[in-house]
Amino acid sequence: MRRATLILLPYLWLLALFLVPFVIVLKISLSDIELAIPPYTPTLDLSEGWKGLRDFFAGLDFENFVFLTTDDLYWKAYLSSLQIASIATLCTLLVGYPIAYGMANAPDHWRPTLMMLVILPFWTSFLIRVYSWMGILSTEGYLNQLLLSLGLISEPLTILNTPVAVYIGIVYTYLPFMILPIYSALERMDGSLLEAAEDLGCSRIKAFWLITIPLSKTGIIAGCFLVFIPTIGEFVIPSLLGGSQTLMIGKVLWEEFFNNRDWPVASAVAVVLLLILIIPIVLFQRNEQKQREAEG
Amino acid sequence: MRNLMLTTTATLALAASAASAQEVRVYNWSDYIDEDLLTQFEEETGLDLIYDVFDSNEVLETKMLAGGSGYDVVVPTGTFLQRQISAGAFQKLDTSKLPNLDNMWDVVEKRTAKYDPGNEYSINYMWGTTGIGANVGKVQELLGEDAPLDSLELVLNPENMEKLAECGVHFLDAPAEMIPMALKYIGEDPDSHDPEVIAKVEPVLMAVRPHIQKFHSSEYINALANGDICVAVGWSGDILQARDRAAEADNGVEIVYNAPKEGAQMWFDQMAIPVDAPNPEGAHTFLNFIMDAENMAAASNYVYYANGNKASQEYLIEDVIGDPAIYPSQEALDNLFTTTPYPAKVQRTVTRLWTKIKSGT
Repeated sequence: MRRATLILLPYLWLLALFLVPFVIVLKISLSDIELAIPPYTPTLDLSEGWKGLRDFFAGLDFENFVFLTTDDLYWKAYLSSLQIASIATLCTLLVGYPIAYGMANAPDHWRPTLMMLVILPFWTSFLIRVYSWMGILSTEGYLNQLLLSLGLISEPLTILNTPVAVYIGIVYTYLPFMILPIYSALERMDGSLLEAAEDLGCSRIKAFWLITIPLSKTGIIAGCFLVFIPTIGEFVIPSLLGGSQTLMIGKVLWEEFFNNRDWPVASAVAVVLLLILIIPIVLFQRNEQKQREAEG
Repeated sequence: MRNLMLTTTATLALAASAASAQEVRVYNWSDYIDEDLLTQFEEETGLDLIYDVFDSNEVLETKMLAGGSGYDVVVPTGTFLQRQISAGAFQKLDTSKLPNLDNMWDVVEKRTAKYDPGNEYSINYMWGTTGIGANVGKVQELLGEDAPLDSLELVLNPENMEKLAECGVHFLDAPAEMIPMALKYIGEDPDSHDPEVIAKVEPVLMAVRPHIQKFHSSEYINALANGDICVAVGWSGDILQARDRAAEADNGVEIVYNAPKEGAQMWFDQMAIPVDAPNPEGAHTFLNFIMDAENMAAASNYVYYANGNKASQEYLIEDVIGDPAIYPSQEALDNLFTTTPYPAKVQRTVTRLWTKIKSGT
């Protein structure tokens, strides 16, 4: 009995926080737009009993999904989001790995402080931190003023409202999600393996490639997924730091919802986005499971 | 940003002070009121005022159509108001609770009746034009002394825009403003609802699109004032605020606002009460407070927009009432046009066209 309750609890959680909202979104994606409150039809009217229920299901169709295929905007936005997320993940890895490596090799008594420094930015609102990047990157911003005063550039650089600013924003925001899993993988690594390799005549660089990287692979994979998955649907960073040429599905979804007031099409975009994300999420799940089994 | 933080702090402070007292929740445009008026309202009426801001009609409309927004007073622009009235989003005003209605200006009321027949659902807050703000020094440096600052040629002629791209151009992220403007430029009826006519603006806007740094409806105030950009298509009072912020900062940036000589769009922001407002009584109190001649004048003097309140005009400072960019001459008024909302099917074409223009696909 107790066991059943224990198993039931997480499933209830999943039902309430994932399945119910998803079914609502799915239902709206099968509806039609209308100028009313709420702005779609049909809505379920239980007071009419069976007839109401039948009318309700008769009003649902896949029209909005068909519409998504007729317009190239949507698949271009999906592809562009995938591309931005992939490049940003790679950049985050390149920046994050050396930091995690440095942390894992730092003296023991420094590590809690370093860990603290990585987590510290979370104490400030995410929105405020992205806003402050607008101040840093703008044409008259701090970065340009610094570079101009150092004489490194003669004309201010245009960074804000370009894809470069979006990448900077994503790398900055998601860096801790990359550092932490890699750090925890590196920290557990047995240092004697490296000593053994050196004793056997392996150079330090070669030992890094042959031992450190493979042993931190699980951390790298976990970090990459933790960055990649939320980045695909990212909305705040591209809309604040990106310009008119940054096309991301999160922004398209926002526009469908707010500018077009077309909740049904916006919901259809969201459903497709979820389906696309299921693949990396399942891969991530597998990786985690394999790791647990290896340790278990 | 500054405003956002101020408002948030104010809201927090209010929420903390007395949850038991009656609350009035107002949802207005950003940078659109003298914040002293908010404290004054609380002191005079004893009501708690919760004041939130937005920067696009679309966001407001989404909240209205979702229902249960929790706001007592909202401020949509005329065309959006008309559509939301037909969706059943607002309640009729109880004129017996609004003695200050006598202060309103018939000239404006006649025009707003186009959106809200008989002005049954709304009162005018402020009105203005959509035009061009320019950093005079930078634009003249790039285009020469005779740069067409008061013409749509400045922002819709690709030759000019190509040069201006260097110093940064922002457009409003508002299809209902930008498409009529482009139609006016090519000599079509700016209020056209014919999809074939509307489609004619696509090549016009696509030609200048690569030179537009951003489509946004509020960032340009600060960006113009700081000198981050040199041209913005925006709302009259916002650009005049940018002008004053630059003057205050004394950073050598000189901003001018011009309603395009080809004809500019005139718009009206209307205060209305949502059908499901939690405190309609308090909402009427707020509307009546705003329609007080001195209060309305204080708001206009602060944000540099004209209002629809005749009685307030004697309290307006010369900088506002005497500025033809704010209160245009009769001749200039005749050159302004208004638009009506698009029918649902045309709306789809318009927004799709707009997405295409913004994203390039």
